[in-house]
Amino acid sequence: MAVVLDARDLNKRFGAVTAANGVSAAIEQDSVVGLIGTNGAGKTTFINMITGYIKPDTGSIHFRGRDITALAPREITRVGICRSFQIPQLYASLSVFENMMVSLGVVLRNAGLGGFFSRGRPNVPGYDAPAEEVAERILERFGLGDYRDKNAQVLPGGVRKLLDIALTMAAKPSILLLDEPTSGVSAEEKFGMMEMVMAAVKAEGATVLFVEHDMEVVSRFAERVLAFYDGRIIADAAPEIALTDPEVKRYVVGGELHRMDEQKGAANA
Amino acid sequence: MSNITPRDRTLPMLGAVLLAVIVLGPLLPKWALFLLTIAIAKGMVSLGLMLQLRAGLVSFGQALYYCIGGYTAGSLGRFFDISDMLLQMICGASAAAFVALILGFLLARYRGIFYGLLSMALSMILYGLLAKSESLGSTDGINILPSTIFGIRPVQEWVRYVVLVTGCSVAALAAALVQRYLKTPLGQLSPAIKDNEIRVEYMGASARKAIHVKYVIAAALSGIGGALAATAVGHIDPDMAYWTTSGEFIFITILAGTRSVAAPFLGAILFETIRTVAFDISPNTWQMTLGISLLLVIVFLPEGLWSLFSRRKAA
Repeated sequence: MAVVLDARDLNKRFGAVTAANGVSAAIEQDSVVGLIGTNGAGKTTFINMITGYIKPDTGSIHFRGRDITALAPREITRVGICRSFQIPQLYASLSVFENMMVSLGVVLRNAGLGGFFSRGRPNVPGYDAPAEEVAERILERFGLGDYRDKNAQVLPGGVRKLLDIALTMAAKPSILLLDEPTSGVSAEEKFGMMEMVMAAVKAEGATVLFVEHDMEVVSRFAERVLAFYDGRIIADAAPEIALTDPEVKRYVVGGELHRMDEQKGAANA
Repeated sequence: MSNITPRDRTLPMLGAVLLAVIVLGPLLPKWALFLLTIAIAKGMVSLGLMLQLRAGLVSFGQALYYCIGGYTAGSLGRFFDISDMLLQMICGASAAAFVALILGFLLARYRGIFYGLLSMALSMILYGLLAKSESLGSTDGINILPSTIFGIRPVQEWVRYVVLVTGCSVAALAAALVQRYLKTPLGQLSPAIKDNEIRVEYMGASARKAIHVKYVIAAALSGIGGALAATAVGHIDPDMAYWTTSGEFIFITILAGTRSVAAPFLGAILFETIRTVAFDISPNTWQMTLGISLLLVIVFLPEGLWSLFSRRKAA
């Protein structure tokens, strides 16, 4: 399959800390890639470099053959790479529907539509419908219809996560980066939520990279796993192979089990 | 209730108010015509402040553009013998917008108190320059030529009425254009910028550019206001750029609220009325009366005067 995103030999240091040490990965179109690793292993740094929030010290990132290493976040969004956030980034004073409308408005504007002198309601690029209809459609797909007129500030945690991801769908991204989509969501709700998100994302035909700590979620949804440790990718394979790799077991999965034990301990205390 | 677009009934209402001014204007006493004209001029500046406030920015220096508008009108008369009101307003708006376009590259990088104080500093620089400039009358200022419109000089009895109607027409047009702007994706971005600039950037929009555009529009509106005030008063001086003038505009904007493009004008009319009445009743304590009235609005109508109207409609 065609490679859409090609990261080559990315290096990034923050003072004495090496956050990326020769990270290379070629992501194929329509694939679902899980990024795993303990805290500080370099997953989010990898995502932040792809989305332009931080620039690598050396190395390059190509999207469909175009070098995007030096672009600003908004320019990277415009080429078709969107991200969600570990802590949902919403417009707190606006309703769920208005959050969606603002995002679709930006998409219209970037396409040169809906300006001061334009008449009528233009169709959102890629959706063939006006913004209001597209907003309803996306909200429905993410199960947010019931929250339509609720203020974003008062939404429950899981719903905030869903809205955060739904907002990224406005631009109909080619590549979607989800930073811990299920963190802060209860264990029972995780699978349902991931299924809904994956169905919605796949319906729009996006390539997905997601950061995840729950290995069950990873093995169920990822087609390919990139395991990070100490700023390096220590395994790059299908989940059943990557998750049984001795190094991954030692540095990532073991770490995650330990982490989960700690959380349970904290919950019981 | 929508936060991202003000309600739609604004336009017919603007038209109705304009018609009322045209019809009822001749019945009003001269002092009321003058008060309304000044209120409309200040309402224009406040409309510009409202645009910025919707994006979470407060300019403590909007008087800069009010003053540029006023001095543009004055200079047209002094150096080019041009006394046409509309031409003065157009040139005032253009000069203000041009200066804002340049200063905007600097201002749009700042947020919060830094944006406010930097804008105030720029305004005080103009004040200082004008106070020292002999050719523009230094601290005494200069007089404005008697107003004309389309080459016609209204008879003395009707001057105030003509100035008011011209000002109201321009203000109604400006408010309608701002209303349209607020409905565009760029206009709707304001509350989003206020809430979460990170998300705005990751949606693919530039918050800085959006703020720059708002800053320029606000300056053009203030420039019109300044030119209108100059025409109405017949005199301009550097105090137009002084920081207390900017303070008045913020006062009006907070009084009015950001819910409608008509709100700033209502706020300005109330402000001028309270000030005139308070000054008439007790010349030594009028500031206190103004302060108390703002306090009452903040406590009982936290979203400004306009919430009186929208609440009643919602009920």
